[in-house]
Amino acid sequence: MTASKIDVTPAAADLLRTLAGKHGPLMFHQSGGCCDGSSPMCYPVGMFRTGASDVHLGDLAVDGFDPVPVYMSASQYELWKFTHITIDLVDGRGSGFSVEAPEGKRFLIRSRMLTDEEVAELGITPRFPLRAQPLPR
Amino acid sequence: MTMYADAPAEKAEETPPAAGPQVYAAPGAEGSVVSYKPRYDHFIGGRYVPPAEGQYFDDITPVTGKPFTEMARGTAKDVDAAVEAGWKAFPSWSRTSPAERALMLTRIADRMEANLEAIAVAETWENGKPVRETLAADIPLAIDHFRYFAGALRAQEGGVSEIDHDTIAYHFHEPLGVVGQIIPWNFPILMATWKLAPALAAGNCVVLKPAEQTPASIHLLLDLIKDLIPAGVLNIVNGFGFEAGAPLASHPRIRKIAFTGETTTGRLIMQYASENLIPVTLELGGKSPNIFFEDVAREHDAFYEKAQEGFSFFALNQGEVCTCPSRALVAKTIYDGFVGDGVERVKRIKQGNPLDVSTMIGAQASNDQLEKILSYMDIGTQGGARLLTGGERADLGGDLTDGYYVQPTIFEGTNDMRIFQEEIFGPVLALTSFDGFDDAISIANDTLYGLGAGVWSRDGSQLYRAGRAIEAGRVWCNTYHQYPAHAAFGGYKQSGIGRENHKMMLDHYQQTKNLLVSYAEGPMGFF
Repeated sequence: MTASKIDVTPAAADLLRTLAGKHGPLMFHQSGGCCDGSSPMCYPVGMFRTGASDVHLGDLAVDGFDPVPVYMSASQYELWKFTHITIDLVDGRGSGFSVEAPEGKRFLIRSRMLTDEEVAELGITPRFPLRAQPLPR
Repeated sequence: MTMYADAPAEKAEETPPAAGPQVYAAPGAEGSVVSYKPRYDHFIGGRYVPPAEGQYFDDITPVTGKPFTEMARGTAKDVDAAVEAGWKAFPSWSRTSPAERALMLTRIADRMEANLEAIAVAETWENGKPVRETLAADIPLAIDHFRYFAGALRAQEGGVSEIDHDTIAYHFHEPLGVVGQIIPWNFPILMATWKLAPALAAGNCVVLKPAEQTPASIHLLLDLIKDLIPAGVLNIVNGFGFEAGAPLASHPRIRKIAFTGETTTGRLIMQYASENLIPVTLELGGKSPNIFFEDVAREHDAFYEKAQEGFSFFALNQGEVCTCPSRALVAKTIYDGFVGDGVERVKRIKQGNPLDVSTMIGAQASNDQLEKILSYMDIGTQGGARLLTGGERADLGGDLTDGYYVQPTIFEGTNDMRIFQEEIFGPVLALTSFDGFDDAISIANDTLYGLGAGVWSRDGSQLYRAGRAIEAGRVWCNTYHQYPAHAAFGGYKQSGIGRENHKMMLDHYQQTKNLLVSYAEGPMGFF
């Protein structure tokens, strides 16, 4: 199987299908910062403008609808590049402009570290060199 | 807590049983000091208006996880009506005298002070924070904020520049018009006040959208003060970001938008502002370092206790503070002892019913917030960080069993880990050590953000040098989590644009009118 940086749970995919039926093609942009930060924001394509400062992590396949691209700012990606993320769904309502909030649901990121094999296959380069930081003690 | 000088006044006649801790009854329950209405509409043009689409949504208390009122679900039509109402009020409101506007702000403050206990209990019920915080910090700070901007407005002056003997430049402060404000859920009333007080003082009309998690307490406050505010000067549209926030932020007839929240929405708001060519102020959070230098542990005295409290401040407001000191940097030479004492102190933090005045940490504001924090516990462990205390959801049993409670948590690790770099917005501390001044500053600045920071030392020179070297808009020196109205607050780097608090905030809600006047009697001589 081909390695990927992103995945989606069945519950999240189901809601994406419902939302795409209402709002048309969708995309994600991972947020940082306070309040509803560190969460994925879902928008109809065209509402949020990505640019040169963003990294395209991949596309989520959602049966019957356009694939859903997932983006993250390049500065944040530098810290996440060894993480595999799965977009999941929980009860909630967020507080940004994400499209699912009125449904009483909130998309959420589940994370795991990519394996060495996945890192090699995806061709991920090492992080910007950080200073050596041994664990305290 | 020393966030505010005056302790809240107790209402003697309502003192519950003398023995044991004082626990407030839930709003609406028998013996409660406050009740929410069963439903809140939008407040537009000085009156309550049902939503154009006729829909409502439940407002849930994080204390029990159960709904307690319902809110109008706003859409673009409601936002249009609110902006229209604002412009209708603007011509007369913008021409009121500074004295008149300042008087309105001080009257709002007085009304809040007279109802402090009711507002505080209501705020706790909706947000989940301990009532001792709302009584001693949130609401007193909000009251003081209105008074501060009443005073700042009266003391504000324009400018007169003498260009030459016959030519004078007058500089006047003029309001912007109708402005949009999007409020976060972590300090619903205080954050609304931070935006409202300077905007109203400066003569603007406001369309405000509260957070969808915490829309009701602002309406409860509004009920107490709405007779003091001319119709249309303050309009409140409830609803979800996608349905009401985006139409407000992108509205072609607002003259400014202010937002507190996260970076992706911040970018989206700037995008809208670029389309309408209007100014923005953004406060987008941080990953604030809290640095403890070696001399902190030179003696185990009152200062050491103060620094230990500073170490524990990550748990204030359940960690749901943009400036949460979520990274502790402790000098390697004192690490074991200082951290050992700190962990013990954190273990003594009393978690419980937010309405109990002895509770120190309450509930996270929402279920999705709870889930996100728990996902970061998993990220911390997977990333190789070592758990020193906490690490799980807390089940408080009884009525509170479905509430959103998280144990105060400390992870030890390194600054390149995701839990050191991403804002969790929960009571989760990422702890590491440093080796000397330069290392401390280097770790502190190795972040995308720059909102708050803390520095602790007995050496004033070291405090000063560290404070200047840290790339953050607010550096607390030998203190933390104080928010006086007269100190500027805002972010460096990706933490935002603009400031809140301080009289400079009036400038963020004003534009400059220059009258360039010639008093010369004759022509300039060109034609």
